[in-house]
Amino acid sequence: MNIHLIKSKHLPRMAALGLSVCLLAGMLVGCGSSSDEAEEDSDVVELLNVSYDPTREFYEAYNELFTAYYEEAYGVTVEVTQSHGGSGSQARSVIEGNEADVVTLALAHDITLIENEGMIDAGWMDEFENNSSPYTSTIVFLVRAGNEKNIQDWDNLLQEGVDIITPDPKSSGGACWNFLAAWYYAEQQYGKDEAQIKEFMRALYANVLVMDSGARGATTTFVENGQGDVLIAWENEALQTMADYPDEYEIITPSVSILAEPSVAIVDENVTDHDTAEVAQAYLEYLYTDEAQRLIGEYYYRPTNEEILSEFSDVFDLDVELCTIDDFGGWDKAYETFFQDDAIFDEIYNS
Amino acid sequence: MKQKKKARPSAGQIALIVIGVLFFDVMLVWPLAEVLYRALKDGWALYWSAVTAKTTLSALGVTLLAAIIALLVDTFFALAASWLLTKFDFRGKSLLTTLIDIPFSISPVIAGLAFIMMFGRSGLATPVVNWFNDTFGTDIALVFSIHGVVLATIFVTFPYVLRELLPAMNLQGNAEEEAAAILGAGGFTIFRRVTLPHIKWPLIYGMVLCAARAFGEFGAVYAVSKARGETFTLPLEVDALYMSGGADAITQAFAVSSILVLLALVMLILKNIAEWRARKSEEQEGL
Amino acid sequence: MRKKRNRVIPGFGLTMGITVTMLSLLILLPLASVLIRSFELTPAEFWETITRSNVIGAFQTSILCALIAAAINCVFGLILAWILVRYDFPGKRLIDGMIELPFALPTAVAGITLAKMYSDQGVLGQALERIGIQGSYTRVGLVIALVFVGIPFVVRSIQPVLRKLPPSCEEAALMLGASKGFTFRHVILPELTPALLTGFGLALARGIGEYGSVIYISGNSAKNGTQVVSYVIMQKLNSGSADYVGAAAIALVLLAISFLLMFLLNLVQWFAARRTR
Repeated sequence: MNIHLIKSKHLPRMAALGLSVCLLAGMLVGCGSSSDEAEEDSDVVELLNVSYDPTREFYEAYNELFTAYYEEAYGVTVEVTQSHGGSGSQARSVIEGNEADVVTLALAHDITLIENEGMIDAGWMDEFENNSSPYTSTIVFLVRAGNEKNIQDWDNLLQEGVDIITPDPKSSGGACWNFLAAWYYAEQQYGKDEAQIKEFMRALYANVLVMDSGARGATTTFVENGQGDVLIAWENEALQTMADYPDEYEIITPSVSILAEPSVAIVDENVTDHDTAEVAQAYLEYLYTDEAQRLIGEYYYRPTNEEILSEFSDVFDLDVELCTIDDFGGWDKAYETFFQDDAIFDEIYNS
Repeated sequence: MKQKKKARPSAGQIALIVIGVLFFDVMLVWPLAEVLYRALKDGWALYWSAVTAKTTLSALGVTLLAAIIALLVDTFFALAASWLLTKFDFRGKSLLTTLIDIPFSISPVIAGLAFIMMFGRSGLATPVVNWFNDTFGTDIALVFSIHGVVLATIFVTFPYVLRELLPAMNLQGNAEEEAAAILGAGGFTIFRRVTLPHIKWPLIYGMVLCAARAFGEFGAVYAVSKARGETFTLPLEVDALYMSGGADAITQAFAVSSILVLLALVMLILKNIAEWRARKSEEQEGL
Repeated sequence: MRKKRNRVIPGFGLTMGITVTMLSLLILLPLASVLIRSFELTPAEFWETITRSNVIGAFQTSILCALIAAAINCVFGLILAWILVRYDFPGKRLIDGMIELPFALPTAVAGITLAKMYSDQGVLGQALERIGIQGSYTRVGLVIALVFVGIPFVVRSIQPVLRKLPPSCEEAALMLGASKGFTFRHVILPELTPALLTGFGLALARGIGEYGSVIYISGNSAKNGTQVVSYVIMQKLNSGSADYVGAAAIALVLLAISFLLMFLLNLVQWFAARRTR
């Protein structure tokens, strides 16, 4: 039987069909991506800012401010693209090939991860003022109007029947700040007695009702889905929620908290590839100007410029005692001590 | 062929129908209604501005593009593989079938992770991609680009068309094809003239199902897409809106979801037509 | 390999080539990275990673909840398929058409919506609360989400088989004096078993790996046993150490489970096909 003959006769047609399908697919993909590139005029510079969840609204406003300034000063149009998500996963996406020109993340440790890959030059922390933190924030409590459970400070969170919402420190940067702020409070109470501090933390985390994967998810659980009595939250998130739902919540500032310093950095490897080093530098530097600092305050972050911060004294509780990450020996050490597998958080939470 | 249904349903029948319909309403209709209700809760103006926002339209474009390409690729694959799996017996067939079915059961998280570890910046296949780009002067990125979104979509939808095609072709048997082959017809002719007419409707049914699945994929695409307004699909846009906080954002998220619900419903209507035609042609043959 | 009968039809080489090439490039190549990366661990480290208490707990949660959900789906899926094939009632076409909705609705949307509906703020959540069950943020919520995503697998597996099973069979059995229960157990169920198993297995496999729809509703608490495997993988990745190798190791176990399930399913189908032939 001449099967092979039959087969070979029609093989070209089948192959042609297959090839044309693949080509069509390829062409469509090509169209999709080339339309992005077509916009690339000679005096339009594209910049990708990889950031974390709560900064979305701020950077949308800031990008307008910055591009207007840059166009006037240098005659160059900048198009800034934003990317938002959990801080840790955003850092990871840059490591995996998301071509960020600048990163503006929740904590220095996430930027260190990118640095460890050789994508950001060592010493980035000293590149800009204030440890490369143009804005800071702190950790506060958000409770429902009336504060039924009478929550005033960290120790009230341990009361029986108080349901706490805070994200998972194993996957969220914001949650690490929450943990450390509580730890610092316990340290003030019990001195250096680590067993007692751990007992305090254990009781606190025993009251956690829902542990979302990220700070934004936790806010949604508390606000939208109405879970829990108290949300341990970023101050800027809490203030934003107050602005959106003025009569439904109250902010409680605990006696001590932590100075959260979200860090910014230029991703050196990528700006070299994209030839965007100058714009990236200007983009981050401009965050420290008076206009930008005021905008920062309007979006409920604390400006690092003391003078402008004082203009917002009616918004922020400036009397709260704040520890810093240096009290824990810096992020890398804090991470190792508390959040690694089998470190203190696992010990407290899993027992 | 059709059996006459009994005119008066018994109490047992009514009970079963009530249970089934109740389960269906609570588990499927309710969530759907909830999405639409929340989308329209704050009025048409907000709804309209959310669904016509620039990022939403871009996401719609990306979603459709990825789904269409995935559909073409999957269909081509399904035709080849169904021919292979139903016309021939060979060793390792059941292993091959199992491997093809993997995307059915795989966690989307693993799919995303796999792409990143293979094609990401320090991925295992990245040197090959870089070499290709250097040699041919191209600038292809397989993750964090539209290509990545398309590849991830293909991955999760891969066996959907085939799954619908296989039973139909199995049912068909090989007698007609064998006869045609003995009479000297070529492979492509046999396929077009003998096989295709029988499997036309199951094929279209599979394609519709595949498209529906492609529209809805979240986890795998999430891992390889990061820029809103550029490589975001509708499900990612929903997540972005939902996570963006603010009083209106949640309503906007549900508004964008409603586009997906509408797309799904259109697909389901198409699917129903395909299925109905399929059963009709099946019945005709049965006679 | 040498069955002449099958070789009358042309196209073996070509279709084999296309199938294997596309499968390898699009599916197996990316998945290979999971395998390769997890081999960066020594066997002891690998073992330690996958036997940590939170990982074991997550596997227990995922498998248990997926089992319960698949079982629930089998019962209700059978009822749904039965009434769709055998009975006439208003709205039947609509229901039949919407069975695949969970395929098409993005899992994230489903998760967000279900979390709202079954929390104590939602109507259904309150109804559950009244009978002492908490919906969202517990394993109950997890099971509900998995039931949602699993429905079409069961219904669609059973429907075609049921359609082919002529009602005359049961009628004959009934006429011969068998009770309805007996008829169902001894006439209908045996015919449906392979399809039911397939639907069960597909729903189970999907449920074990599910992510989008469960993370919003589960509460992700290791202590309450609501962390699923997919979440633990993401947690490994998003943690401050971006632990790819650890994530790959857990992913590999999950992959092995789904591969095994799919293999068993194909065996079931193969036996079923042989029996009817």
